[in-house]
Amino acid sequence: MAPTPDSLIRLTAAQMSAKLRTGEITSVELTQAHLDRIGAVDETINAFIHVSGDEALQTAAAVDASRAAGGAEAEQLHPLAGVPIAIKDLIVTKGQPTTAGSKMLQGWMSPYDATVVEKIRTARMPILGKTNLDEFAMGSSTEHSAYGPTRNPWDITRIPGGSGGGSAAAVAAFEAPLALGTDTGGSIRQPGAVTGTVGTKPTYGGVSRYGAIAMASSLDQIGPVARTVEDAALLHDLIAGHDEKDSTSLAEAEYPEGRIPSFAEAATTKNVAGLRIGVIKQLQGSGYQAGVLSRFQEALDQLRDNGAEIVEVDCPSFDYALGAYYLIMPSEASSNLARYDGVRYGTRVLPESGPMTIERVMGATRAAGFGDEVKRRIILGTYALSAGYYDAYYGSAQKIRTLIQRDFEAAFERADVLVSPTSPTVAFPLEDKLDDPLAMYLNDVATIPANLAGIPGISVPGGLSEGLPVGIQFLAPAKEDARVYRAAAALERLLNDNDEPPLWAQVPALEEVTR
Amino acid sequence: MTTTTQAAMDAAELMSFEDAIETFEPVLGFEVHVELNTASKMFSSAPNAFGDEPNTNVNEVDLGMPGTLPVVNGKAVESAIRLGLALNCTIAQRCRFARKQYFYPDTPKNWQTSQYDEPIAFDGFVDVELDDGEIFRVEIERAHMEEDAGKLTHAGTSGRIHGADYSLVDYNRAGVPLIEIVSKPVTGAGSRAPEIARAYVSTIRDIVKGLGISDARMERGNVRCDANVSLMRPGAGVFGTRSETKNVNSIRAVEHAVTYEIRRHAGILSAGGSIVQETRHWKEDTRTTSSGRVKSDADDYRYFPEPDLVPIVTTPQWVESLRAELPEPPAKRRRRLREAWGYAEAEFRDVIAAGLLDQIEETVAHGASPAVARKWWMGEISRLANARDVEPAVLGVEPATIVELNDLIQAGTINDKIARQVLELHLDGAGAPAQIVQDRGLEVVSDDGALAAAVEKAMAENPDVVEKVKGGKFKAIGALIGPVMKETRGQADAGKVKEIVLQKLNMNSS
Repeated sequence: MAPTPDSLIRLTAAQMSAKLRTGEITSVELTQAHLDRIGAVDETINAFIHVSGDEALQTAAAVDASRAAGGAEAEQLHPLAGVPIAIKDLIVTKGQPTTAGSKMLQGWMSPYDATVVEKIRTARMPILGKTNLDEFAMGSSTEHSAYGPTRNPWDITRIPGGSGGGSAAAVAAFEAPLALGTDTGGSIRQPGAVTGTVGTKPTYGGVSRYGAIAMASSLDQIGPVARTVEDAALLHDLIAGHDEKDSTSLAEAEYPEGRIPSFAEAATTKNVAGLRIGVIKQLQGSGYQAGVLSRFQEALDQLRDNGAEIVEVDCPSFDYALGAYYLIMPSEASSNLARYDGVRYGTRVLPESGPMTIERVMGATRAAGFGDEVKRRIILGTYALSAGYYDAYYGSAQKIRTLIQRDFEAAFERADVLVSPTSPTVAFPLEDKLDDPLAMYLNDVATIPANLAGIPGISVPGGLSEGLPVGIQFLAPAKEDARVYRAAAALERLLNDNDEPPLWAQVPALEEVTR
Repeated sequence: MTTTTQAAMDAAELMSFEDAIETFEPVLGFEVHVELNTASKMFSSAPNAFGDEPNTNVNEVDLGMPGTLPVVNGKAVESAIRLGLALNCTIAQRCRFARKQYFYPDTPKNWQTSQYDEPIAFDGFVDVELDDGEIFRVEIERAHMEEDAGKLTHAGTSGRIHGADYSLVDYNRAGVPLIEIVSKPVTGAGSRAPEIARAYVSTIRDIVKGLGISDARMERGNVRCDANVSLMRPGAGVFGTRSETKNVNSIRAVEHAVTYEIRRHAGILSAGGSIVQETRHWKEDTRTTSSGRVKSDADDYRYFPEPDLVPIVTTPQWVESLRAELPEPPAKRRRRLREAWGYAEAEFRDVIAAGLLDQIEETVAHGASPAVARKWWMGEISRLANARDVEPAVLGVEPATIVELNDLIQAGTINDKIARQVLELHLDGAGAPAQIVQDRGLEVVSDDGALAAAVEKAMAENPDVVEKVKGGKFKAIGALIGPVMKETRGQADAGKVKEIVLQKLNMNSS
């Protein structure tokens, strides 16, 4: 029996790929099914800022034609050709608007494609559209978007995490099988945790940042968002690699075996026997919800029962990670966001009265174009970099960063991967923390250390607490991204053996709650 | 600034240079920006080219578009190392770029990517030759890499961004690679301060030109000098407040600007005023400076290391291989050439001023004598260049052509006058000199019979001249050469004519 549109969207990307290859389904059917789903639920979810249906269907039709042509043309198709994807609206796309979730870039069209988008286009994946985010990726709830908040498909009164709530919610709600995110302090992993999806922050330099609108250059990474570990790995394989346009991107030769390993292959791991898993002492206990800790403990038990060696590792400098992060990130952000001044592109706002000087036009533009959270971080960063304060703030934060890297090095002496809850809580209600920036910042306490150290991390679903997803995070040494896929794939299998259907399939039927 | 100081400043008049130097000790400092002639920009692949339509040599990186990242131009780094070595600097084994942050519309990202506390080259010196041959050493603090800003054109009467009706911005220059050379304070210059300033900038220009890393054309802003001047009372031991004069874009202007600032500072200080630490603009038409932005050490550029770039590592092998290929320093080369060629000092200075050192050196290398090379370049070629309103160096004369012409003269095939004609024909595209001579039958008349007949005719028509020659006035033969040339349509060899005359009179000139 031919799959129905509703069953099509519930396939994994790997399954879609297989069915496209055998000709069981076409990319046009698959893409249209997702566009229909977006049409049905996105008014509620608000995962997309822009939907590019025509372009997606054109790509799909071209892939179908290549497939139908057979021979070399069909054989040369990338495994993900024809599988649709959504792109976080922080990543620039030619021919489609890119807003960064900000009024500042309303209507702006990038004259160039991000390197990852070039790769997506080369692989001929239909691009469904651009997903919602906290403005300039600053936030943990996607409420700081100039285009309205995104809702969590598990409970539409709750946040989908942030900043990449749009990508995570789109994938969780079957609006897209795959999405791209960016992770500066947890913006891929924390939304993954609270929406029951998988998200990877690659090793810093593992994926080109060219075309990812910068928040904090030394922390930002683009990564995959998916429903399964294998799907995330498939997308990661596509986007990884050196880019001559990004000086901080890693060359193949810098990887342990002189090449970038296949993450999809790593994700086929079935067992964890002999794997040394380090539990980070500092990333549990107080501040973590009981339900989150229960799921975390159960995950550890499962891993131990299946032959993993669980050890506890001490990372004392992690206590200062949040503080260091909230100096380094705003410092770099204050600089990266200086270009939005209304002179060359984007929004320009003229002062309502008084002299029309360039400074006043820049000031009026930035006052009107940026939201409160962005302004908060620009002010914080500008202060931290000021003469006389630089050493005390930015300088000290960089020292802590070094200490955190050393803590990780020591921990990885004793463990192959490290593990923690991804987020201290499940999805919280919309507006719950909007007026309390510090409470909001604490959501990223477990994800931030990986960004400060430049190491890879993944969040994989670890079950539900009070009906809401809990995420488990695995971390590995830099350039050992394959290890997080091995560990996460193993845990995914262990949990799904006991839990049929898979967690991501348990999302409530959204049509019933659509308002 | 207090009102009294302002009043004193306004009231102050320029002091004569002599009095100023009598009363104060000038301290100079220079920041020279050198625009590199790399094919692409410092951090992008856009062309580094001058004079094109506004905003055409730009890509998304130069415009600071969201999501863009810089990539360091390796050639520019190599140029910076070579310049650092030519300035006798230490080359950093590891250095970084930093962001210098300020909001200004000519700066697309609202920061300039520059080097702050980790310059690529530091602690050097340059020996400057003054007019009388004395060598003055200027210590170099650092040479660092950075990117140029765009170019603003302000419409309206103010000429500045404030008060302009509107301003146009051209980002073609944004991102052009620059090296900024910062001198240490220059003390002990005394009355020679303006001359030292001129010689310093001239030397820097010659060095970068010799390295081939910049077009080094000051009128195009390839080499730009900011001159800092302060005065102190002799023995004060503490430098005075400095002014920084920008836009000093010719070698002469550097000298004039330093002179002017010394006189202005001296006038203010002796009237009881104090100097405002500020940027001043040089105005070529009035040869004065005017007040620009008040600058203080409190300017906060919020420098921090550029996180989008990895540190630059210079291996000792790389640096040494670049050092081994450095050209001879300009001053040393000049001394060597002057001695080798045996030119008088004034002759040599004229050659330098005409910008023909390279051409003459090459002509000599092709086999011409230094005297012949100088005669051609400083004589006929300069005359033709002047007539055609171009620099002699770019007239289009190849050193090999000069040697070929000279060989034709030496062989007696043509004379000097014909040679000049041939050169002009050559420049007009008539071909190689020997070809021109052959095509147009310009060979000197070597048929002795025909020449002897012409000489006899001339002697018969000028008996008075013949008498003078007989009387021992050999120089009078010159008066016979004209008629002979006329008879032979200019193709006679003057020496040969002289020989025949003497032969016919049974005389010899020795």
